[in-house]
Amino acid sequence: MSFPWAKHYEPQGAFMKYVDSRLPIPRLVYDSLGGGYPVPKNLNYFYNFGVLAGVALVVQIITGIVLGMHYAANTTIAFDSVEHIMRDVNGGWMLRYMHATGASFFFVVVYIHIFRGLFYGSYKPPREVLWLLGLVIFLLMMATAFMGYVLVWGQMSFWGATVITNLFSAIPLVGEAIHTWLLGGFAPDNATLNRFFSLHYLLPFIILGVVILHVWALHIPGSNNPTGIDVKSKADTVPFHPYYTAKDFFGLCVYLTLFSVVVFFLPNMLGEADNYIPANPLSTPAHIVPEWYFWPFYAILRAFTVDFPFGLVPAKLWGVLAMFSAILLLFFLPWLDTSPVRSNSYRPLNRQLFWIFVVDVIILGICGGKPPEEPWLRLSQIASAYYFAHFLIITPLVSRIEKPLPLPNSISEAVLKRHTNTGAPAALQPAGAGLAEFPASGQPAE
Amino acid sequence: MATNDNLVTDDLTPTGERRRDFIFVATGAFAAAGAATVVWPLINQMSPSADVLALAQIDLDLSAIQPGQAVKVSWRGKPVFARNLTPAETAAAKAVPVASLRDPQTLEQRTKPGKENWLITLGVCTHLGCVPLGAGEGENKGAFGGYFCPCHGSQYDTAARIRQGPAPKNLEVPDYTFKSPTQVTIG
Ligand code: HEM
Ligand code: FES
Repeated sequence: MSFPWAKHYEPQGAFMKYVDSRLPIPRLVYDSLGGGYPVPKNLNYFYNFGVLAGVALVVQIITGIVLGMHYAANTTIAFDSVEHIMRDVNGGWMLRYMHATGASFFFVVVYIHIFRGLFYGSYKPPREVLWLLGLVIFLLMMATAFMGYVLVWGQMSFWGATVITNLFSAIPLVGEAIHTWLLGGFAPDNATLNRFFSLHYLLPFIILGVVILHVWALHIPGSNNPTGIDVKSKADTVPFHPYYTAKDFFGLCVYLTLFSVVVFFLPNMLGEADNYIPANPLSTPAHIVPEWYFWPFYAILRAFTVDFPFGLVPAKLWGVLAMFSAILLLFFLPWLDTSPVRSNSYRPLNRQLFWIFVVDVIILGICGGKPPEEPWLRLSQIASAYYFAHFLIITPLVSRIEKPLPLPNSISEAVLKRHTNTGAPAALQPAGAGLAEFPASGQPAE
Repeated sequence: MATNDNLVTDDLTPTGERRRDFIFVATGAFAAAGAATVVWPLINQMSPSADVLALAQIDLDLSAIQPGQAVKVSWRGKPVFARNLTPAETAAAKAVPVASLRDPQTLEQRTKPGKENWLITLGVCTHLGCVPLGAGEGENKGAFGGYFCPCHGSQYDTAARIRQGPAPKNLEVPDYTFKSPTQVTIG
């Protein structure tokens, strides 16, 4: 799996030798996160977001478990128990704010992580399975966050649960039965709240399991990199430790600083005031919105307002199908994009289309947070149409007609060229082992 | 094992099947049936429990509801709207060509004979289940004078029929009977 020049783990001392021959966990860590894992040397800060997502998951699990010690999953007292956490439990307000804004931060990190993968073509061979596992994590996260939000049993919790579980009733014939089965009743009630708590507790650990598979799949080919070209020799890589442990640690400090700013100074910035009103099954808030991280998909759901063709398929079913396919499409991306060049740095046309797509998703996000009125409806219809066109028409077409820029011969050549151009002191570095293999570069590698 | 001839040759039936295959298939089928019997209760426990299913009926007194007014009551955890239509509202509902509707139904089909002014429906939007506005005093009744769902903008007319927006069906009419001119039992 790893590159042939990876350093080998040497247990130091009798005790480590004893451990290594019985349960070689230190070896596993050394080979996957330590000096024994060679990583492309040109990773930029966008490559910090994988580690950050892992940290965000751990933060959610730790704060969630302690919240679970004070929370009561019963419709008569759930809302009060959350207020009890906020007012009476020692430091409870902080734990809840960490958990609530932690979910938002988790999604920010994961969205950046996904768009990073889109830009650098990380979903392409040999990393398709890695990409698919990432999408599974994304789906599980959405389910987890949705159910967590219901636990508060405020107005938005209740009506969000009503709207989202009703999506399943759009399925022809069996939809109503599935809907009732999911809720354990005809409307969200105690049975619903209880099962959501049970699953909200379980799913993060399933996510953790899939994350392990995700990282395993990553370590087979190793990380992609901003050039998108394969690692060819030792000159292209540096050991994970200390190079990327240091870089990830720096990124983590920045992340935790921003996180603290929001937790301590703006904890309700991303929340909805209506969720501080206890759930009332007889009155819908004037404007129901899910949490911001669902907005792009919510906009696609609402974009369908007429039955077509000829009134045959109800608008509701179209909306639901479109919303789920918007996510499922991502699973097919490795086969829709047939260009052999991974990184958009060398795809002049696709690079611009990538940014248009980013803007399109942002527009969808804005529309999803607005009331279902014009101009937002029309705008979300156009943006939804573009979303699907991007994956189904534009991406396959561009892969065929685009003429990519010339690729560098190796990662290290690309790095050195950049640094020579900008006058960075690349030439001052001592010659390294990989040099002999790169006569073309004419520059000493590090 | 299938390739181990010594073991299996004397085990063949005249048509060339191995006797042992029968045991394999039978064992597999038994295990699958056993697993299914265990999985079913695990799935079925999520269906509504007996207390949730216990059908609740409610009685409703209509005498205090003036023409143009409506009340909202809770039935099986869902809101029910009971509305006393004004003559103008019944006329408006009847004036609509039924064929032009998404879910074609006349006002007569949605009310009881001789009680056309009493429009009793679930207050559950058929799109994704929000409670539409329009039953309460001063609430937005939408462009068609009936109900307006704030969630995704479905508009219902004065017979609570879907006229615009994403909802596929008219507001559902529950089972109910008139016990007296001003008393109904829902459920
Ligand atoms: C993938 C990781 C997780 C995500 C994305 C997540 C997300 C959420 C969200 C969005 C809320 C609503 C916050 C609010 O508005 O107050 C919530 C609430 C809650 N979560 Fe989680 N959660 C995760 C893991 C966990 C875990 C492992 C537990 C362990 C039991 C847990 C326990 C709770 C509890 C008890 C609540 C209700 C109290 C509250 O609102 O703060 N969560 N979760
Ligand atoms: S739930 Fe009423 S319009 Fe969507």
